[in-house]
Amino acid sequence: MTGIVGYGTKIPRYRIKVEEIAKVWGADAPTYKRGLNLNEKSVPAPDEDCATLSVNAALNALKRAEIDPADIGAVYVGSESHPYAVKPTGTIVSEAIGACPYVHTADLEFACKAGTEGMFIALNLVKSGAVPYALAIGADTSQGAPGDALEYSAAAGAAAFIMGKDNLIAELKDTHCFMTDTPDFWRREYKHYPEHGGRFTGAPAYFKHVTGAVDAILGKTNMKPDDFKYVIFHQPNGKFPVLVAKKLGFTEQQYLPGLLSPTLGNTYSGSSPMGFAATLDIAKPGDLILLISYGSGAGSDAFIFETTEKIDEVRNRAPKLRTQLDEHKIYIEYGTYAKFRKKILLPN
Amino acid sequence: MQVPRYWREIPKRYRLEAAQCKKCLNISFPEKFSCPECGSRDFKTIKLSGKGKISTHTIIRIAPEGFNDQVPYGMGIIEMDEGPRIMAQITDCDPEKLKTGDRMIYQFRRIREDGSTGVIMYAYKFVPDVGI
Repeated sequence: MTGIVGYGTKIPRYRIKVEEIAKVWGADAPTYKRGLNLNEKSVPAPDEDCATLSVNAALNALKRAEIDPADIGAVYVGSESHPYAVKPTGTIVSEAIGACPYVHTADLEFACKAGTEGMFIALNLVKSGAVPYALAIGADTSQGAPGDALEYSAAAGAAAFIMGKDNLIAELKDTHCFMTDTPDFWRREYKHYPEHGGRFTGAPAYFKHVTGAVDAILGKTNMKPDDFKYVIFHQPNGKFPVLVAKKLGFTEQQYLPGLLSPTLGNTYSGSSPMGFAATLDIAKPGDLILLISYGSGAGSDAFIFETTEKIDEVRNRAPKLRTQLDEHKIYIEYGTYAKFRKKILLPN
Repeated sequence: MQVPRYWREIPKRYRLEAAQCKKCLNISFPEKFSCPECGSRDFKTIKLSGKGKISTHTIIRIAPEGFNDQVPYGMGIIEMDEGPRIMAQITDCDPEKLKTGDRMIYQFRRIREDGSTGVIMYAYKFVPDVGI
């Protein structure tokens, strides 16, 4: 058996409301709130980045896994906001958690699905017997250009999963990928902010790939939507995952526990992995969970997990995601947000 | 800070690695050449739990270069549960509300960067232990 032995998350404490962003740009906040199902988003502190979120999430995963970090043979960090253009985030994470030096590491990038790319590789490395444990992280301090629609959703957060073969809290049942070359969202070399294809990010991009991955894995496993207790989709906003869930025949009871974007925003590579972590926080032993990521460019990874008896034993060893999301929030106004996100031009 | 020095200090800055005297069990952070309690030079490396309480603190309003975007922020001496006292930045809170005895917990954070092209330095900071 292969699966998850520990998971952990990290969300910055700072939040900005949709109204605060809309006020600055003369936009109509209720339209964004209603149209995209977004209310507020997380904002990283000036001393937080993809590496710090990854480390703090991974340390929470280690609390749940209760393994020696030196036994982790592979560390993969999926993000589109790695702190360096050249120098791995994975080495920082591996060193901070105590996995060095006998560890293979790589930084992954595939827009919002880089986190599940790492999960896919980590699970299969463990399954092959190449390493006893592998750590996969999806983390981002997402970029959205000032005034762009993305600014209302681009958020920060991380989820980390330690894969292994023994003492599983969730067993991997199957995976499937669906990918095409679809340029719906991109960021060119040396550019600070990404660009996107507006409405082109919908039907031919998000919806085609997510439904393609779900149809493929359901066909492969001969399963149907009501076989699952929970489903988690990638969440670029609060609207797309709800639409695709309904289109595919999933119910609110299945997707609401993992739907975080209305109050978290889109944490890009962290998005669906964090929804999955929130679902593990409440899942009971024996629950079947369907996880589907989406990354622009474009592709979706689908995973089916079944939780084990061990889940009840480990979940309280680290902070739960909804606690991080809903408690001890610090609201900031746009000026502080602009300072934190380095959107203010300084003399040097 | 020069890159080699930053690199040398990674074990304590990233992982709170301390030195425990094998003779008298006193814990030193950072590690010492000889034990300040018994003079022994025989140590084993241990990892601090990252939990402690504020021993004393102040509020920084005029920050050194590289920290201007974070003022006002707390700087304090955190007494770790294992005994050592660590001076560290206290982040993610209203520094006006900090008080002696408050429970603190380790967080891995970005400390500073060597200009826009140099190395980014990471290390421990502390945040109020509120269970998140």
